[in-house]
Amino acid sequence: MNSDTTQTADKYLTFFLTKEEYAVDILRVQEIKGWSQVTTIPNTPKYICGVINLRGTIVPIIDLRLRFNLPCQEYGAMTVVIVVKVLSQDAKERIMGIVVDAVSDVYDVAENEIKPPPNFGSVINTEFVRGLATVDEKMVIVLDLDRLLNSAELAIVESLSQ
Amino acid sequence: MPVNLNEIRELFFEESFDNLDRMESNLLDLENGNVDDELINSIFRGAHSIKGGAGIFDFEHIISFSHIMETLLDDLRHGERIITQSLIDLLLRSVDALRMMVSALKGNSDYDVQEVQVCQDDLQEILKAPLEKAPVIQAASSPTEITTPHPNEEEPSHTEEDFLPSVVDKGWHIVFKPDLSMLKTGNDPINLFDELACLGKLTVKVDTSQVPAFPDLDVQACYLSWELTLYADVERALIDDVFEWVEDECQLDITPLIPPTQPLGETVSSLQNGKEAVPAVDKNDKSVPPLEKNDESALEKGEISSVKTEPPPKHTVLTHNVTHHATEANSIRVSIDKIDDLINMVGELVITQSMLEQIGNNFNSSQTEQLRDGLSQLERNSRELQESVMRIRMLPISFSFNRFPRLVHNLSLQLNKKVELKLSGEHTELDKTVLEKMSDPLVHLVRNALDHGIETPAMRQAVGKSETGTLHLHAFHQGGNIIIQISDDGAGFDLKKIRAKAIGQGLLNQDDHPSKEQLYDFIFHPGFTTVAQVSDLSGRGVGMDVVRRNIRALGGTIEIQSKPGQGSTFRIRLPLTLAILDGQLVRVGKEIYILSLLSIIESLRVKPKLVNSYTGLAEVYRLRDEYIPILRLYDLFGITPNTTQLAQGILVIVEGENQKMGLFVDELLSQQQIVIKSLENNYKKIPGISAATILGDGSVALILDVAELIQLFHAKTKTQASHSTTFMDSLL
Repeated sequence: MNSDTTQTADKYLTFFLTKEEYAVDILRVQEIKGWSQVTTIPNTPKYICGVINLRGTIVPIIDLRLRFNLPCQEYGAMTVVIVVKVLSQDAKERIMGIVVDAVSDVYDVAENEIKPPPNFGSVINTEFVRGLATVDEKMVIVLDLDRLLNSAELAIVESLSQ
Repeated sequence: MPVNLNEIRELFFEESFDNLDRMESNLLDLENGNVDDELINSIFRGAHSIKGGAGIFDFEHIISFSHIMETLLDDLRHGERIITQSLIDLLLRSVDALRMMVSALKGNSDYDVQEVQVCQDDLQEILKAPLEKAPVIQAASSPTEITTPHPNEEEPSHTEEDFLPSVVDKGWHIVFKPDLSMLKTGNDPINLFDELACLGKLTVKVDTSQVPAFPDLDVQACYLSWELTLYADVERALIDDVFEWVEDECQLDITPLIPPTQPLGETVSSLQNGKEAVPAVDKNDKSVPPLEKNDESALEKGEISSVKTEPPPKHTVLTHNVTHHATEANSIRVSIDKIDDLINMVGELVITQSMLEQIGNNFNSSQTEQLRDGLSQLERNSRELQESVMRIRMLPISFSFNRFPRLVHNLSLQLNKKVELKLSGEHTELDKTVLEKMSDPLVHLVRNALDHGIETPAMRQAVGKSETGTLHLHAFHQGGNIIIQISDDGAGFDLKKIRAKAIGQGLLNQDDHPSKEQLYDFIFHPGFTTVAQVSDLSGRGVGMDVVRRNIRALGGTIEIQSKPGQGSTFRIRLPLTLAILDGQLVRVGKEIYILSLLSIIESLRVKPKLVNSYTGLAEVYRLRDEYIPILRLYDLFGITPNTTQLAQGILVIVEGENQKMGLFVDELLSQQQIVIKSLENNYKKIPGISAATILGDGSVALILDVAELIQLFHAKTKTQASHSTTFMDSLL
């Protein structure tokens, strides 16, 4: 993520999953769209909903609720998909969609306002969390998209390693 | 370096590689005895363009290197130096060195400076050597022969008529002073010089002494005069012809140049003395002026047998890599025909569009017929357009084949084998991406054929074959596929050896009796080799699995046919293009999948009595005289089907990797052309799925990869019961 060293605040888009508010760097957001029918991919974990056709490109859709082991919710007209750009280790840009409950707001958060997440031991995995920030007396969880969407099943496996 | 040069830089690299490739193939042609002016010129031009290009970017080392090459080639071009085997070898090495430097620059990496230096020194040494010491060339060997024999193996009589002196310095000196008014009559001196330059080498000196001071200058007057020297053996009449139109408007003075310094008689006598090696050029060499040719008979009388032949040039064994770097260039050169086609097509499309627009503007029901016609025309147009756009990506396979003469030449020297390389179907076109990705597998297969396939001359003689082995690369279209065949007439595969090795590596049980195809399949197993000794060429057992993997990744297959003692053939089947395939849509539950039509053998309704079960783990279907395992797609993919009753669905018999399998699906839908969309761009490879596509309604459908499905199925059955897989295998 573009961690700006200056004190100017970066803009973050926040969204809800259950009652928790999460934030992602707004520069990573390509578009926000409604739910459309996905094509499921066989033998993949549940949180990978499938793929959609986004103007000619095939884009995978990831359900963040299921990714975080939250109770799942029916998909419908109100379901929101945030299409984001993800950088993988080899700096390849990929487009992915994440399913969230609702988009909330856009906040300015300065880099030094993002506090490291408290340590929960091994009970809660904080690997994908860049930190916690306080906005309007509320806590938002700043996500590390690259970590989140390159982890485990989503990691790029070289298909033709020689 | 300014940023805007970057684009030109890429262009330079690309052109340089093209030039190097051309130089290399020209050099090989020379080696095959086709000495031709045009070839030498073309090599020269290659070196020259590289030098010129490198000059723009100040690539000093490339400039200096190519300059030396150019000087040498220039000598060759003017017949001042004689082409010999060792010279060709050196030039080939230089091409490699240049290629190394250019790719190092491209990839911002280092290159073997020492090697380049050695090559450069060798070049310089040759240049320093006095011209008359130029060694004797061996005469043209038969063009099909790749291994060039030593000169002294040649029949002396063969070279008899090829000996000609090479130094020629003949031509005309022209002083050309146009009248002041010449330009007004529409004559431009530059055109005259161009015409003269066509006759031979032309040097032009301009005299500007008559140009007046600027205020007095009449812009329409010609104040210049020229002194020209034309090095060409042409009749004066030809030169007069050039100046015919300006004769009365200028002062013209044409004098012949001083005749050759070395009288012919001397050459002949030196020939007769036989003390010196006499330079020779091929008779076909057009640079040899007619005058000398007339004297050929005199030369032929010379005592040829006394001509001292140079010791056979030592073949420097080229161990450094000849493989081209996979220059996966991101631009493409397209022949103008294809572009013209495309423009025509677009023209037709525009016409159709305006026709439809007209119909649409005031449409009434009586025009339905017209509308239908228009739509079918539109369909035809778009299909043709699609085809011609596809053709733009097509390149002839010769791009890949052209490197093999060199490779075979070097390898056969290294292995001490005699090999004749035959290429056919080089004009078969295939997709650029496929072509690029096929290069390495092909090289590997050719290496293998040379190393393992073709025997040594002694061994070949012992079994009553001709000493020279044949390696045949053949490409052709078959159906919607490209077939590339690599055949050798060598020893073939020893099935017993393969079997023994497979058992030794634990891939096969002692009492298994696999089919021929299955035994061949072991060749593609990682780490499998039947060669007792590992050489630098092959035998480590890596490679064949990579070959197959690469071919599979392109949606192709590879098969082996072999007869012990008679040779083996590798047959690679590739799709014409990667972007489009003919697909069969099948439905399982709510999901729609696509099968490549090429992988489908037939589709049928299941007759329940022909279904048999094996140990409760797998089902097989008896199709005529074969038992085909049944793969329930819903089971493998974990989806809910309409029916689990075999009799209510459809069994699609598919083939992949020499194995047949019955895919059980709910329903067959339509067949259509499928535009392949990558899943890996934004996601990743999924086992059993080769790619995705977008259907007419905008939804995404997945394309099934039959070979992988079969593997998945095997893996699944294997986990259910470890011994059932081999059992199943033996039934296939």
